[in-house]
Amino acid sequence: MKRFEFLIERALFLCALLSVGTTVGIILVLAVETYAFLLEVPITDFLLGTNWTPLFATPSFGVLPLVAGTVLVSGIAMMVALPMGLLSAIYLSEYAPSKVRRAIKPVLEILAGVPTVVYGYFALLFVTPLLQWLLPDLAGFNALSPGVVMGIMILPMVSSLSEDAMRAVPRGLREGAYALGATKMQTSLRVVVPAAFSGITAACILATSRAIGETMIVAIAAGQQPRLTANPLVPVETMTAYIVQVSLGDTPQGTLEYRTIFAVGMLLFLGTFGLNLMSAWLRARFREEYT
Amino acid sequence: MSGAALADATTRRAIARRRWLDLLFQALALLVLCLALGALAVLIADVWHDGYNRLSWDFLSGFPSRRPADAGIWHALSGSLFVILVTAALAVPVGVAAALYLEEYAKSGLLARVIEINITNLAAVPSIIYGLLGLGLFVRAMGMGRSVLAGASTLALLVLPVIILSTREALRAVPSSIREGSYALGATKWQTVWYQVLPVALPGILTGVILALSRAIGETAPLISIGALTFVAFAPDSLWSPFTVLPIQVFNWVSRPQVEFQATAAAGILVLLALLITMNGAAIWLRDRYQKKLG
Repeated sequence: MKRFEFLIERALFLCALLSVGTTVGIILVLAVETYAFLLEVPITDFLLGTNWTPLFATPSFGVLPLVAGTVLVSGIAMMVALPMGLLSAIYLSEYAPSKVRRAIKPVLEILAGVPTVVYGYFALLFVTPLLQWLLPDLAGFNALSPGVVMGIMILPMVSSLSEDAMRAVPRGLREGAYALGATKMQTSLRVVVPAAFSGITAACILATSRAIGETMIVAIAAGQQPRLTANPLVPVETMTAYIVQVSLGDTPQGTLEYRTIFAVGMLLFLGTFGLNLMSAWLRARFREEYT
Repeated sequence: MSGAALADATTRRAIARRRWLDLLFQALALLVLCLALGALAVLIADVWHDGYNRLSWDFLSGFPSRRPADAGIWHALSGSLFVILVTAALAVPVGVAAALYLEEYAKSGLLARVIEINITNLAAVPSIIYGLLGLGLFVRAMGMGRSVLAGASTLALLVLPVIILSTREALRAVPSSIREGSYALGATKWQTVWYQVLPVALPGILTGVILALSRAIGETAPLISIGALTFVAFAPDSLWSPFTVLPIQVFNWVSRPQVEFQATAAAGILVLLALLITMNGAAIWLRDRYQKKLG
């Protein structure tokens, strides 16, 4: 009996350990291929080069255009998701009657659960034509439309995480502000939001990380032309879209092209991993403040 | 007018202004929220408008075709269902077991903390990175090729952290008196977990599992990067057959230059959304039943 209990506990432990194995696996797979890639391409050429043409006859491996595309699209997404998500969170946490909250939150969950390929379709075939009607210069593939749609996609995440942070602010702080004659708006903006600041920042960082790693919207609607530009009206390519582009072709294992997707993947992983850690650290600090 | 009265009037004006600002702010926040919800409505209306007249029994049971009017979706629908079943078979036992360990067994040591932080982090790793892991590990190193098994294994790793997190949530909701009662009757730890804790937590666990799997069914990027073929003209019949899934088929149709394929893509999206609504409906139904039972 004792032996059986012990074996069960070991087995359960191994299952829990598998999650650590996944992280190790990700790092190993990315590191091995990235190392092989860096043996052929100097790291300075990769990180600082401004030309990304790995599939050309005379290839060039400067990753900056892909980084610029990623930053541009996720920057636009955050410009949409941040103010809208924060305002929604303030409304849901401070103003909305509980009936309204209960009705709205499931709808926001649906918004977050729509598959990204559907958002890609929406960006390419609805939002881009709509924006072209406003901005005649807009190309058929561009950074603006997928950026805006991606912003709508991550809005529920910004909103629900910020709302959690605001609701964790003790009632006493609000009541103190009301007692001094502050309106709800003043209380929200000058007491609740500052008090929940690290929680809200954590939410925004996590949302940024999500935007950087988002793939299908940009693969469908942003085009596939690596370009070092800050112009949202022309086609660009993000790091994720490049990985999709190469994966769709039949690139043989062991070639330099095959290794590029792992090198780009490594950069993507390190970037998002850093942001995730920062967000977790901020959340932990926020929890300490009010317990 | 005396000074006091003047000050009084100024104050009253200031208060009125602040109330007015407050109202304006509330209206703005509500407007923004409605805008977000409106976007969802527009999205669904747009897809429905583009795709509803392509929906038919022939579309559901048909196979891909170069002519948009003949293209069907059965190969992708069956591929999605097959892959998700294998994913569930792989991820659910491991995920529930890991959650049981962390919630019921683990002492709050360094290792448990490392595992915990690691799971939170994994849940936020971009899905395409899991695709690269699947490509390097399952497709190449373990020689599974671009098969159903490789795709399901990749998705299983992707949903594992989500399943672990939601299962722990469900286990935490089980009152500790149930555990103590079981121990008092002389049950061992595993007997307590197996006969008392798991049955009570089951509806909560199932809800989490269904939500995690409905996320996996909409995933496109990881399956593209392991090289799931976008033109497969048959339904998968074994763990080793090549396959395609609904979102990849939709992506394939969206990327074609012919305009007629857009309607086909929209119809594919409607099938995908119908599948998701069914799964989410099941999850909500389970959650409601569960809540009634406790209350």
